[in-house]
Amino acid sequence: MIFLNKPEITDNEVTDYSVYKKRRQFMKTAAGLGIVATTGAVIKPLFSQSNSSSFSTDEEKTDYKDITRYCNFYEFGTAKTDPAKNAHTLVTSPWTIDIEGECDKPGTYDLEDLLKPVSIEERIYRFRCVEGWSMVIPWMGFPLAELIKRMQPNANAKYVKFQTLYDPDMMPGQRDNVLEWPYVEGLRMDEAMHPLTMIATGIYGKDLLNQNGAPLRLVVPWKYGFKSIKSIASISFTETQPYNSWQQSSPTEYGFYSNVNPDVPHPRWSQSKERRIGEFLKRKTQPFNGYASEVASLYKGMDLKRYF
Amino acid sequence: MQIQAKFFNNIVKPASFVILLFPLLFLISGLFFDLLGANPIETIIRDLGEWALRILLLTLSLSPLSRALKWPQLIQLRRMMGLFAFFYASLHLFCYLGFEQSFDIRSVIEDIWERPFITAGFAGFLTLLPLAITSTRSKMRQMGASWKALHRLVYLAVILCVVHFWWLVKADASTPMVYTAFTVILLLERVCWSKLKNKPKQ
Repeated sequence: MIFLNKPEITDNEVTDYSVYKKRRQFMKTAAGLGIVATTGAVIKPLFSQSNSSSFSTDEEKTDYKDITRYCNFYEFGTAKTDPAKNAHTLVTSPWTIDIEGECDKPGTYDLEDLLKPVSIEERIYRFRCVEGWSMVIPWMGFPLAELIKRMQPNANAKYVKFQTLYDPDMMPGQRDNVLEWPYVEGLRMDEAMHPLTMIATGIYGKDLLNQNGAPLRLVVPWKYGFKSIKSIASISFTETQPYNSWQQSSPTEYGFYSNVNPDVPHPRWSQSKERRIGEFLKRKTQPFNGYASEVASLYKGMDLKRYF
Repeated sequence: MQIQAKFFNNIVKPASFVILLFPLLFLISGLFFDLLGANPIETIIRDLGEWALRILLLTLSLSPLSRALKWPQLIQLRRMMGLFAFFYASLHLFCYLGFEQSFDIRSVIEDIWERPFITAGFAGFLTLLPLAITSTRSKMRQMGASWKALHRLVYLAVILCVVHFWWLVKADASTPMVYTAFTVILLLERVCWSKLKNKPKQ
């Protein structure tokens, strides 16, 4: 690696969302006119230069192809290859997000309005699935904290609850009862406000594909992947701890916290190792997925074997 | 139904042998042509295991099939098929030991001890092992009646394999459900058949 010291984040490293959107629009138009082949080389650096934040890892990134063809998104089927095949039925524009509960700015927001004030930056995070595989993903997005601050949660807001869209026509997997629909996830307020926690709208400088949770999803890199809920349709501030879908499905196997922890095995399999997609042999899993120095303090004094 | 012995031995048997090799050939070529998806090791381990179970169930269905079709020759395929099931189970185990555990014996023992689905799978393999060892004609003659008793272990093996599958699944149990259904049907059929067979003649 050339840059051994990761630079601190500066103003020119983040891309204002409206500028980002305009570039996207330009690229789409360019693609439509068939001129992307000649201009692509010029456009592409705009995104790669949007640079990564100081939280980014310099580990080798997982191939875009693998990120977009190996997904768990049960709303489109339970096989890893199902979402890439089936998610085209999801219509992500227009898209609205309901903001509810203990906050001063509840309401139904258009995605565009919600994203207008934010700056899109790239963050390269490790992603560890509870099943024992992992990836390194260059997300495009912004800190969830920015959105939460704008919604002005009140003193009763102890947790943030997220829900995926419920629409069995667009999400055919919701006709099967493999999980309770809609998919629910939640974070404690301090986890939600943590600077590592982000809302992603893209990967590798491109808008999220449907199978990866378009148009916007949560990314919590120190927790198992299922916490990072996709295609968010509602966010609500609650006083009580949300009951997330996988916990509901099997409370002895999946908890609310679901922090990556090599020392707490899943009742049926070990969590001490993981297979990085693209590698043959397994590597050791790190506590909090390698983000312990940033987040371990959130759980000081907690028995992580009990609050798994 | 009956086919000329020559045709059966020279065509049907070798053809079955080649067909039973197809899953392995597909996996090997898939590895070279990148057809196994983003996590090829997982695909290989899962597919080898699933093929072991499929072939085991196929082996178990030969005797009811031969009765239904009145085609006793089918039984002659049973040993080869059973050995193929064992072959795929062995490859499945070998890939698990190598790619999942990097042949770290301590971690394998821990896995077998602590993870019920690994325990069941390993027990299934150990159950098949003596059957494979005693599969030769000479062993069969040598052991006489006890050979038949020993080879009833195949029922235990198939049950362990199905349990192994169930305990591995996260939420969608539809696939192990199908194999469970097959297993139950095959076992029930045997119970009914043996009852009918042993019914005193009037």
